[in-house]
Amino acid sequence: MITLLVNSALHKLDIDPATPLLYALRNDLSLNGAKFGCGLGQCGACTVLVDHEPVYACLTPVAALEGRPILTIEGLAENDKPSPLQQAFIDEQAAQCGYCTAGMVMRAQALLDHNSIPTEAEIRAYMEPNLCRCGTQVRVVRAIRRASQPAREAAEASLPR
Amino acid sequence: MRLLRFGLCFAVLLLVAAAFFVVLSRQPVIAGVEAPPRSAFDQTLIEKGAKLAAIGNCYSCHTTRGKADYSGSRAIPTPFGTIFSANITPAPGTGIGRWPEEAFRRAMREGISRRGEHLFPAFPYDHYARLTDDDLHALYAFLMTRTPVESFTPRNALPFPLNKRWPLAFWNVAFLDKTPFQPNPQQSDAWNRGAYLVAGLGHCGDCHTPRNLFSAEESSRPLEGGAESEGWVGPALNTASPAPVPWDEAHLFTYLRHGWADQHGAAAGPMQPVVTALARADDADIHAMATYLAAQQGPVSTERQQRASAALARAAEVKPPAPAAGEELGATIFAGACASCHTGSAAMVPPHGINLALSSALYQPEPTNAIQFVLRGVQPSGERSGPLMPRFADTFTDAQMAALLRYLRAHYATAPPWHSLESKIRDLRQRKGPL
Amino acid sequence: MTCRHPAEAGPSRRGFLAGGGALIVSFSLLPRFAAAQAAGQTGPALPGSLAKFPMLDSWVRIDANGAITVFTGKAELGQGIKTALIQLAAEELIVTTEAIDLVTADTARTPDEGYTAGSHSMQDSGTAIRNAAAQARALLIDAAATRLQVPGDKLRAENGMVIAEDGRQLRYGELVGDQILHVQASPQSVFVDPSRYRFIGKPVPRVDIPAKVTGGIAFIQDMRLPNMAHARLVRPPSYGATLSRLDTAAVEHLPGVIKIVRDGSYLAVIAEQEYQAIVAMRALETAAHWDEKPGLPDSATLFDTLAGLPAQQVPVRDDPIAIPPNARIVEASYRRAYHMHGSIGPSCAIGLSENGALTVWTHAQGVFPLRAALTELTGLPRDKVRCIHVQGSGCYGHNGADDAGADAALLALALPGRPVRVQWMREQEHIWEPYGSAMLTKARAALSPEHQIIAWDYTVRSSTHATRPGGAGNLMPAWYREKPLTQPVPKPLPLPEGGGHRNAAPIYTIPSARVMYEFMPAMPLRVSALRGLGAYMNVFSIESFMDELAQAAGLDPVDFRLNHLSDPRAREVVTRAAERFGWLGFSRTPGTGRGFGFARYKNLAAYLAVAVEVAVDRESGQVRMVRAAAAVDSGEAVNPDGIANQIEGSILQSASWTLYESVAFDRTRIASRDWSSYPIMRFPAVPDRIEVQVVERPGEPFLGTGEAAQGPTAAAVANAVADAIGVRLRDIPLSPAQVKAAIGV
Repeated sequence: MITLLVNSALHKLDIDPATPLLYALRNDLSLNGAKFGCGLGQCGACTVLVDHEPVYACLTPVAALEGRPILTIEGLAENDKPSPLQQAFIDEQAAQCGYCTAGMVMRAQALLDHNSIPTEAEIRAYMEPNLCRCGTQVRVVRAIRRASQPAREAAEASLPR
Repeated sequence: MRLLRFGLCFAVLLLVAAAFFVVLSRQPVIAGVEAPPRSAFDQTLIEKGAKLAAIGNCYSCHTTRGKADYSGSRAIPTPFGTIFSANITPAPGTGIGRWPEEAFRRAMREGISRRGEHLFPAFPYDHYARLTDDDLHALYAFLMTRTPVESFTPRNALPFPLNKRWPLAFWNVAFLDKTPFQPNPQQSDAWNRGAYLVAGLGHCGDCHTPRNLFSAEESSRPLEGGAESEGWVGPALNTASPAPVPWDEAHLFTYLRHGWADQHGAAAGPMQPVVTALARADDADIHAMATYLAAQQGPVSTERQQRASAALARAAEVKPPAPAAGEELGATIFAGACASCHTGSAAMVPPHGINLALSSALYQPEPTNAIQFVLRGVQPSGERSGPLMPRFADTFTDAQMAALLRYLRAHYATAPPWHSLESKIRDLRQRKGPL
Repeated sequence: MTCRHPAEAGPSRRGFLAGGGALIVSFSLLPRFAAAQAAGQTGPALPGSLAKFPMLDSWVRIDANGAITVFTGKAELGQGIKTALIQLAAEELIVTTEAIDLVTADTARTPDEGYTAGSHSMQDSGTAIRNAAAQARALLIDAAATRLQVPGDKLRAENGMVIAEDGRQLRYGELVGDQILHVQASPQSVFVDPSRYRFIGKPVPRVDIPAKVTGGIAFIQDMRLPNMAHARLVRPPSYGATLSRLDTAAVEHLPGVIKIVRDGSYLAVIAEQEYQAIVAMRALETAAHWDEKPGLPDSATLFDTLAGLPAQQVPVRDDPIAIPPNARIVEASYRRAYHMHGSIGPSCAIGLSENGALTVWTHAQGVFPLRAALTELTGLPRDKVRCIHVQGSGCYGHNGADDAGADAALLALALPGRPVRVQWMREQEHIWEPYGSAMLTKARAALSPEHQIIAWDYTVRSSTHATRPGGAGNLMPAWYREKPLTQPVPKPLPLPEGGGHRNAAPIYTIPSARVMYEFMPAMPLRVSALRGLGAYMNVFSIESFMDELAQAAGLDPVDFRLNHLSDPRAREVVTRAAERFGWLGFSRTPGTGRGFGFARYKNLAAYLAVAVEVAVDRESGQVRMVRAAAAVDSGEAVNPDGIANQIEGSILQSASWTLYESVAFDRTRIASRDWSSYPIMRFPAVPDRIEVQVVERPGEPFLGTGEAAQGPTAAAVANAVADAIGVRLRDIPLSPAQVKAAIGV
């Protein structure tokens, strides 16, 4: 029995402890956000947060996750309302096929958790592990900047005049 | 600890010889000149210099990501603190634009700047002392024809008294061997060329030769395996090489050319930029270095041959080894995180990773490199093709990573366990550099 | 499952998720399509896909409670087509977009619109749906006029109701009795006046995006049918390899394994759980022994090999050419490596064989052609095979989707009664997808003393760009079965759209031109349709060559183009892109350059011009696109932001192909097997900004847009690199090694 703490809920699963988290999320918990893209940790489509850091769910065996909080894109929304970052992706229409999008959102969330006002260069450097083939990256960067806008404005407002 | 010890020794010596060295350390200023125009250098000479600069990998230390090529300011971590690399573009104000060739030669061989200041031996002039006048001439031609960019170098972050330059005069007297390269007539041209490049411009010993108390390479133990640099350990390249299958010329060539070799794995950590730079060197020079380095492996004894055969046999096993009692977590992590790349075939062919029975990192006496591989992975820069291993720093806790490495060490390397794995992992996590 | 857009939660999706509940209803609709098809053969010329399916209720149905269902034979590939089609239907039916339930490509429910490819969806399906919706509205108003006894022009349609001036109103649902929409369309429709547009021309948010950013069910990969089993394939390691030895004993008893399927060299495993299938697949891989043959060309001399292959000469334009003696001759030749589609999500499909019928959920671009191929592959009658499109990862052409559909069919037949989901692994997609063909072009032109092009001679050589299934012989799994099918010899696609010769004819005003397509039937590597087909390389070549000619003429590249362009719409996008970029005021710092590219896609679809700035790293030879400014004329723009999104993506993807990508191989195997061996653009290389101007053309016909930027961007990048380093590079990709060799030290 493996116990997983996903989006603040405990789940007991009777699966092979070597099973990568990706399959547990998608098949056992019906959480479809994280996607299978490469299974090699090269594209970021499966990105979720473990202990508040982005990891490749395709290469994270569930045995390594006992007692560690897991956050997936399904856990970002509050009261069925998209989170500010999700809303920013919608507002910027930052998707085409959308297959990479959930991974992008999760990695971006980790960035904003660490650095609420990232620069353009910081966004690009941090997002490097995630691939998009449709070419939505310019919009993804814009969406992340949009989500950080309130923090940016608050920081500017608190500056001495 | 090491820093303290070093500092104390240093202080005592300073007291005894201070006055003498203050005098000794004074070096003449060489008058500045107008930067020579590009036309002052023959094109073939510049091209030769470019290839030599690739072997010396001047670029890596003297370029900061996102800034102009060769304009310096890159932070170089040393055991004593952070040193910032110099601007070696021909900018007259902050670069080497006003340096006559004589000053460049002196800097390369003696570690003295044009103004007569001692350079810190993070700049490996102790190796460049081997260089011929011709090669220095070509390198000078190459650097003086780069795009000049004015860029100030930040002040080094070193504690007193290490931030003083004059004590380096003592270091030079004690450790700088100014003898030019002496070819060995018993050996082939390729061997001699390789020896010259390895000991000189390639400054391989910088990472692969042990250092003494004063951070100088131990000249009696060349390429016997370095101490930690940038958080990684340069493995021994001589008879003490940890590689389970002894290196030969062909594999060394492939490794230096492409950054990986099927029986040995991928270049990682500070070796990665070395390979990137070597891409622009001539095949002949890479062959020469491979020839010389292969010779340093010494004759392969029966015992080593047996070890190699055993490792190859383990690598040919289809299934991962069964864990011993208590090792289940390590084996499970391997199955879920590593197996998709590291099982299925004995030799590495990207994207298929090395079978870990052949990975040198698992056979090294210290776990540093194995930990670093797992923490940081192997990332090709930009849109280049090359081995790619994701980083697992955030995937596993220290204890989980230790369990994985214990399992790998025991069953793939069949070597005695490493000590203090968890604290070593914790320590390496804190290091600077891309995680 | 939060934030689902209502249109996303419609009955179509619930239908398939419930597992076959919708099947019965849908199959009963089939005869009506047959009737519609028959009627279509005698009808007048109708716009768009109405020509093939003229019955209004093939496209728009309204039930008694007012629910509106719109049908399209096209599929959502991530290009945003659903949103644009819903906008059109909502506009013309005068309802909200939420009121429209759109059913996409399904052989049992929708019209057969062939492939969703070639930037045709708006032209074909958009036109049909818009006309059908407008005519449906007219019929509803007519019906209301009769019922309310008032003239039709005293009635207005609004929000699902027809309203009279006196306030009396009838809901659409009350008006649709007697199958009033089961009538043949007429050639002319009365569209909503552009001044009253509520949706057309507006950046309506995409209906599929909320699910994609919240983890809703959005992809075929996310479908979970009850009692579904999971399959994985063990593919041959190289083209043509045969399975010589296999001991399955150790695999059969692995946890969860249901069945090992072997049919000749076709090998797969079906298991209860997905990870169990993967573990079993790995075990099978090591248990399988293959005979391989070195059948690939030497990659070092690939282009010599291609130049020597037999080819069919297909003339594209063949004017008599006379070159005056005082003309200046300029010549150049260009080459392009094999490129991958490189979908981020490897192909996936679900098959269900039940009661003698086979259903395949697929992300193939053509469900009807796939059904035909699966019929041939399985020997089942056509009415027993149903293919339903469900969105997959972006495909950009013919990738592994159809083959995965075939895998699902074969594996479902091997395990009747249970849905079988098959998911390809990353390296399987990389190795087995059909690539975009390597190509060679040669250009030669004569310039008059007045700097005008007076003669033009151009040759393009390529393998095919179309091996989509239609026949089962194009399905890769069919090649490896005990009784294999062989791939049919391809034929050149017809003009005007063309395949390798798409956009081979220059759009510029040139008095005499000869354009020849050398079509190679051979395929040294497996190839098929990749976004833009031959247009990518032809436009790259023509637009690179235009810059070379401009340079020879001593003229500004934009001016030189305008000197040869008479079509005012072409001139407008060229001028607007140049202005937005700041072409004239561009300041060239060391290592940077500007470049321009223009084309009208297929010479009959969208006009697109793009200017880019690149920065070349002298030391490494790496090129980065710094910014791009494009102008596009797509005819009437239904969703300008959707168009901008497509163009931005096309620019980035083309830049990635052009700068970084080529399929690597040795004499036996494909070596590009993952993202480390086939790198594509990553975030740090992404341009600082891309600006797209969408030219407003209300009332003009839709012009296909999705592929329009592939060629112009490639040329603009190459032209900018030439501008930056002073040396012309003619081989794609413009690799760091090539750049470095060109600039020297």
